[in-house]
Amino acid sequence: MKTLNGHKLAVILGVAVVLGFVVMISLPYGVKAAPPSGGGVTGTIKLDGAAPHQKPIDMSKEPTCAAQHKDHPITTEGVVAGADGGLANVVVYVSEGWTGGDVTPAAEPEVTQKGCQYLPHVLGLGVNEHFKVVNADQTSHNIHPMPAPGGQNHEWNKSQPPGAQPIDTSWPAQEVAIHVKCNIHPWMSGYMVVVKGPYGVSDDKGSYKIDNLPPGNYTLTAWQETYGTQTQKITVAAGKPATANFTFKAK
Amino acid sequence: MRNQRLNWIVCAVAIVALCGISSAQVTQDQEDQSLGTEAHIGKLTGHAQAAKMNYRRYCVGCHGVLGDGEGENAAWLDPKPRNFTLATFKCRSTPSGTLPTDEDLFNTIGRGLESSNMPSWNPLSSQARADLVAYVKHFSERWKTEKSGAVIEVTPEPPITADRIKAGQAMFQKLECWKCHGVEGRANGPSADTLTDDQNRPIKPFNFHDQTRFKCGTEDRDLYRIFMTGLDGTPMPSFADNVKPEEAWDLVFYLRTLQPMHSKEKEIAKQLGLKPINPNAPAPAPADSGK
Repeated sequence: MKTLNGHKLAVILGVAVVLGFVVMISLPYGVKAAPPSGGGVTGTIKLDGAAPHQKPIDMSKEPTCAAQHKDHPITTEGVVAGADGGLANVVVYVSEGWTGGDVTPAAEPEVTQKGCQYLPHVLGLGVNEHFKVVNADQTSHNIHPMPAPGGQNHEWNKSQPPGAQPIDTSWPAQEVAIHVKCNIHPWMSGYMVVVKGPYGVSDDKGSYKIDNLPPGNYTLTAWQETYGTQTQKITVAAGKPATANFTFKAK
Repeated sequence: MRNQRLNWIVCAVAIVALCGISSAQVTQDQEDQSLGTEAHIGKLTGHAQAAKMNYRRYCVGCHGVLGDGEGENAAWLDPKPRNFTLATFKCRSTPSGTLPTDEDLFNTIGRGLESSNMPSWNPLSSQARADLVAYVKHFSERWKTEKSGAVIEVTPEPPITADRIKAGQAMFQKLECWKCHGVEGRANGPSADTLTDDQNRPIKPFNFHDQTRFKCGTEDRDLYRIFMTGLDGTPMPSFADNVKPEEAWDLVFYLRTLQPMHSKEKEIAKQLGLKPINPNAPAPAPADSGK
């Protein structure tokens, strides 16, 4: 009996060890299997309440820019909400759950200085993703991004006269968000939001879309320059995009 | 009863003290490690460890024990003492956004910074200044992970001519230097009053009309370098991407005509009867700029 027990134990142990190996070997493959396509997230960002008053911008010190806005006076862009409450310039990004690498978009993102404004006002960017800064104005600008001091992104400040070549550069680390200013035209204000995974930026109706997000559980963060951030947990299933709407309370 | 309470208090004090000692130990270890930082200036090698006493004696009052620019005198100073933990420096030979070279820091310590409370430390030996460069570097992690930027070379200075001074004036207009520095270089351009530094404190543009020394030196090559590298942490941008070396020299010669002291440039400008630029003049024809 005793020897039989010993044999039994050995057999059970042996099987367990082999099974363990099989599981260990197969697990990584299971994880690495190509994600089913057709995931992604869409949604709308709403503003709950009346948008705070945006101050008109006086560009009379730069006549070539002022002339471009004769019919549509320009205001500050701290909160840009449409008639139906859709909130523009909100960046929605995957703050938890993204295991992929850097995301490379189809086209190189671009921020254009036109009419002494940054177009777009908020630029979404991936870490190490190259982007262009273009001057479409008849005046010199200086592009002066101000990342938080002490981080891995560092402040720089370059002049760009009319007709100059675009600046082509990238940011080495995630940062939500980097303020960009022009010292020559102090009203100019823009943001660059640098994130690790896929992201979407809301349009003037408040709609955004994040492509290339395989099925799984994620935490999404929505950032708005005046109201800060909000997070939401979502599950993306195969086949159709998930929906995640955000609402910011007007202050 | 009394004894028990005393025991508790002794115990609590001991725990707090132990925690204090152990955390102090960690920072001391980190400090010792980064005190191995070196600086290389020509044949000189500076050692942070060797600068400890000099830093405590001469620098700590403004730049602070932690090198964060929060020394006890800082509250009374404007511009504020540099925060070495950020490693952002005005006077560099390297592109905007990059670390300066050891030589740049060595030169700044020796020269001092014009229009600020930073004096010249040339009375210290060159070895002591090299050691201080290493000590300045030991405050920021950036020096461990990044290299200094590629040096922007200053080309040999060409002869001063009337044509160059006129071309320099055209550059002054084209690059819109006058937006901050004013049409006569009196620091009264349309944007001058709105300027702030990276700490959001008001900052004035350089006034060519009554200042003789520039922030990063007194020579022509220093002025050349300032507009090629920009002064990081201030509104002054880098023009390196859009100004050719020849054009930079033209601009140097023109800017000399705005300064108060006698110079060859000023004499030529007088002969030319050079008038300040007209900011409202139409943009020059493309043929002019394509030289």
